[in-house]
Amino acid sequence: MPEPQKTKISVRHLDFFYGSNHSLRDINLDVPERQVTAFIGPSGCGKSTLLRVFNRMYSLYPGQRATGEVLLDGDNVLALGMDVNLLRAKVGMVFQKPTPFPMSIYDNIAFGIKLYERLRKVEMDERVEQALRQAALWEEVKDKLKTSGLGLSGGQQQRLCIARAVAVKPEVILLDEPTSALDPIATLKIEELVSELRNHFTILIVTHNMQQAARVSDYTAFMYIGEMVEFGPTNQLFTNPSKKQTEDYITGRYG
Amino acid sequence: MKAAGNARYLRRRVWNIFNLGMAMATTLFGLFWLVWILWTTLSYGATAFNLELFTGDTPAPGSIGGLRNAFVGSLLMIGVAVLIGTPVGILAGTYLAEFAQGRRLAGAIRFFNDILLSAPSIVIGLFIYAVVVVPMGHFSGLAGALSLAILFLPVVLRTTDEMLGLVPSTMREAALALGAPHWKMIVQVSYRAARSGILTGVLLAVARISGETAPLLFTALSNQFFSTNLDQPIANVPVVIFQFAMSPYPEWQHLAWAGALIAAMAVLVLSLVSRFLIKDRSPR
Repeated sequence: MPEPQKTKISVRHLDFFYGSNHSLRDINLDVPERQVTAFIGPSGCGKSTLLRVFNRMYSLYPGQRATGEVLLDGDNVLALGMDVNLLRAKVGMVFQKPTPFPMSIYDNIAFGIKLYERLRKVEMDERVEQALRQAALWEEVKDKLKTSGLGLSGGQQQRLCIARAVAVKPEVILLDEPTSALDPIATLKIEELVSELRNHFTILIVTHNMQQAARVSDYTAFMYIGEMVEFGPTNQLFTNPSKKQTEDYITGRYG
Repeated sequence: MKAAGNARYLRRRVWNIFNLGMAMATTLFGLFWLVWILWTTLSYGATAFNLELFTGDTPAPGSIGGLRNAFVGSLLMIGVAVLIGTPVGILAGTYLAEFAQGRRLAGAIRFFNDILLSAPSIVIGLFIYAVVVVPMGHFSGLAGALSLAILFLPVVLRTTDEMLGLVPSTMREAALALGAPHWKMIVQVSYRAARSGILTGVLLAVARISGETAPLLFTALSNQFFSTNLDQPIANVPVVIFQFAMSPYPEWQHLAWAGALIAAMAVLVLSLVSRFLIKDRSPR
């Protein structure tokens, strides 16, 4: 194990409500910088809900609210004065279903960049290529950048979405079950990609698949019915869990 | 066991053939009238079809002429109606689909829009007559255009609302998750995803108003002469067809048929274009 990691996000006493439904209870967590942190747990345990707090995605919907503190580099994400657009420039997100925009592959990537930077054509070309390379998609699409992103296969679409997210140069990337709609080969590619990206970004990944968590993550958080049961280095959590509940879940006794 | 199975299978087959036959018969029944209408329009209209139709204006009884003034008047009024109705309809539809989700106001707007959508066009004509024509003291192309705009608006509003409603919310979230402001997400992602659907709505609305006669009788009236002045009564295809077809003069009746043919063709072309656009919506 390397020396103790710098913390990127600290969650303190986070509670979350869908209307009157109390769906996260007193979550406390320190997400280390430039590591992959996986969130596992049975359906409905609140792992996706937690992920959507980090970029304030929940605040699109009236009736959803969070209390407590989520500190990103020391700034409280939940504070009223937080500019959500700037927050989302720092904290990118990739969703369960691939969501390419109805435009060309090139424009899909350029869309996010144009929100923050005014680049000349050559610089933009470079950035698009760089993002597609980072997402291991460049070789497959370099000859058809002007064709629609909707024409790609599911796995390619998902990598396009990852490229779109990294193109903005975020610090944190949230992956919400990014492979659950993909076949095993596409899944493998995404997992390899996650391992590559961990050198540059702090990655948080929600997954249903425990093997996936074990394969790609450095740290794992196990959640159950809105509570953080156990959090620790992935090796330790999977080989020597400290809580009975965690052990039951990873050995397949429920969930 | 097997025999029973065969009997069932046979019965199912007979029932299937019967239903298929009925479906085909009703389709043919519907097509029969459509073809008859088109054929009649074509055969009567074609005899009056010549260059004069587009270069000459509506003639006095007994002399020859064309429908140039009516075509130009119709195009002008439809153009103004589209210019008024499209931005208002698209913006209102955008409000409903993107901003007002779940609000009671949205339900009320949709309800009143549906009423407007199905209101008899003669009621709209009468309304414009009362609030525009009477105060102005005379019939005008502008009044005609306004009544067409009111007929045009609810169609565009409804299709915009529905087409934006089909844009998956995950796509919106994806744009917002990149830090895009709300308006940019709507303009660059939602509109783009719903573009051909919205355009189709506009084209179908044009088709709808291009044949309207009742509201124009009260508002634009008609004009025997060529005019592009929207402050004055203006000739238009539907009212000219109405007047000429009812007249006792054969030349006028021929022109009415030619006008009907052109109007039918225009609607046909608009429908074909919008069908093409809908097909085009599949991933390119």
